[in-house]
Amino acid sequence: MKRRVVITGMGTVNPLGTNVGTFWEGLLAGRHGIGPITQFDHSAFKCHFAGEVPGYDPETFLEAPLPRRLDRFAQFGLLAAREAMRDTALERAKVDPFRCGVAIGSGIGGLNELEQQNARYTREQLPRVINIFCIPKMIPNSAAGVVSIEFDLRGPNTVVSTACASANQAIGEALRMIQLDLADVMVAGAAESAITPLGVGGFTQLKALSLRNDNPGAASRPFDRDRDGFVLSEGAGVVVLEEYEHAKKRGAKIYAELLGSASTCDSHHITEPHPEGLGAAKAMELALRDARVDPTDVGYANAHGTSTNKGDIAETQAIKRVFGPHASRLLVSSTKSMTGHLLGASGAIELIAVALSLKHGVVHPTINLDNPDAQCDLDYVPKVAREVRVTRAISNSFGFGGHNCCLVVGSV
Amino acid sequence: MVGTVEERVKDIVCERLGVNRAVLTRDLSFQHDLGADSLERVELVMALEEQFGLTIPEDQTDRFRTLGEAIDYIERERARP
Repeated sequence: MKRRVVITGMGTVNPLGTNVGTFWEGLLAGRHGIGPITQFDHSAFKCHFAGEVPGYDPETFLEAPLPRRLDRFAQFGLLAAREAMRDTALERAKVDPFRCGVAIGSGIGGLNELEQQNARYTREQLPRVINIFCIPKMIPNSAAGVVSIEFDLRGPNTVVSTACASANQAIGEALRMIQLDLADVMVAGAAESAITPLGVGGFTQLKALSLRNDNPGAASRPFDRDRDGFVLSEGAGVVVLEEYEHAKKRGAKIYAELLGSASTCDSHHITEPHPEGLGAAKAMELALRDARVDPTDVGYANAHGTSTNKGDIAETQAIKRVFGPHASRLLVSSTKSMTGHLLGASGAIELIAVALSLKHGVVHPTINLDNPDAQCDLDYVPKVAREVRVTRAISNSFGFGGHNCCLVVGSV
Repeated sequence: MVGTVEERVKDIVCERLGVNRAVLTRDLSFQHDLGADSLERVELVMALEEQFGLTIPEDQTDRFRTLGEAIDYIERERARP
């Protein structure tokens, strides 16, 4: 029998707030976290808004010299891990550090540092002006590394970079580590910060971003007929996964059980989803099988729901394919309608939302859903949170490259 | 920026190494007393170069063992015609 894995700690920084409590309150209130870009001069760009972490100043959130040593994405990862570790209250003296690991992904890694150092070099034309910390800051495993150092986590340490599926897949890998008895505790999630000239400009070139500059708060509108792309956001989410008996023995608080995970790849197109969501459907089907959960027992699906034209339709079709007639009874909502799209980190904050939904018996809404697309005909919990007791839920994340990863969560 | 070379060097050391200014004395070793690893010592030299508009040859950086040595080196370089 598989070892059971539960969530015993959670932490986040994201556009809705810099801790889990503020994030959850924002979600239930249907508040969005989107505003003007403040991180660089965007006047020449087509898109002028994003989901930035509110009031973020590295110097006040982190003690010296960390603001200089870590790229912004890794700063977010560390802050989320700190909250999750405080929350789980694991006594270090009572655990074997080699049984505690890390799986913190990132879709892009240290883009801020890469761009800054490239600009410096280009300006000066002197290799010696390149920051000595350039490489350790920009490598996508820097968040996983610094979290390991800060909390003395010496077990398996891995990074997943499957674009916007990174967090789900990192959490899925962490689940396996514990199930396979390679670790008892895994600090898992993802971190992202790509609100930079290349990030905003690059996604704009792909025509992936909403350009609703006159009303940024209404820009992320998954499943709505007037959606025009996703909103680029930043932040991190980290959960502490722990073997069930290990958690029970130390009297840890348990939010939910991570029941299963599965991933697939579309093998179709580097940026577009498969039009019928075949790969996405298979990921959901396999994850439910991994979790030994019957589709009809699932009450809630936290959608990938990015507010892109093709993606929302493909996901709706995939859900219908997996759940059949039960799809019409399933509640489906998009966290991204409020937070925007944290790319690789999105699945981590969405898992936090799912765990809290199970625990508190309320599902957050999909905001800005004024007129559902005719091809998006599920119950997306429009605009207002809904009180409902759910015992089984899924959370979807899909990424460029065709990656699909689904997590299955249960109440404990 | 105003201030003596000593004050400006101390500012950079505090900022880069995250140490309390009140504890800084000239005889402190960057490595042994202020806990700067090899990367941090190179970073410090680069910051001093930028601050004082100097180019410090790599073979000179091992002269920067203590705060006092760094201050003296910079003062000497700046005094050159």
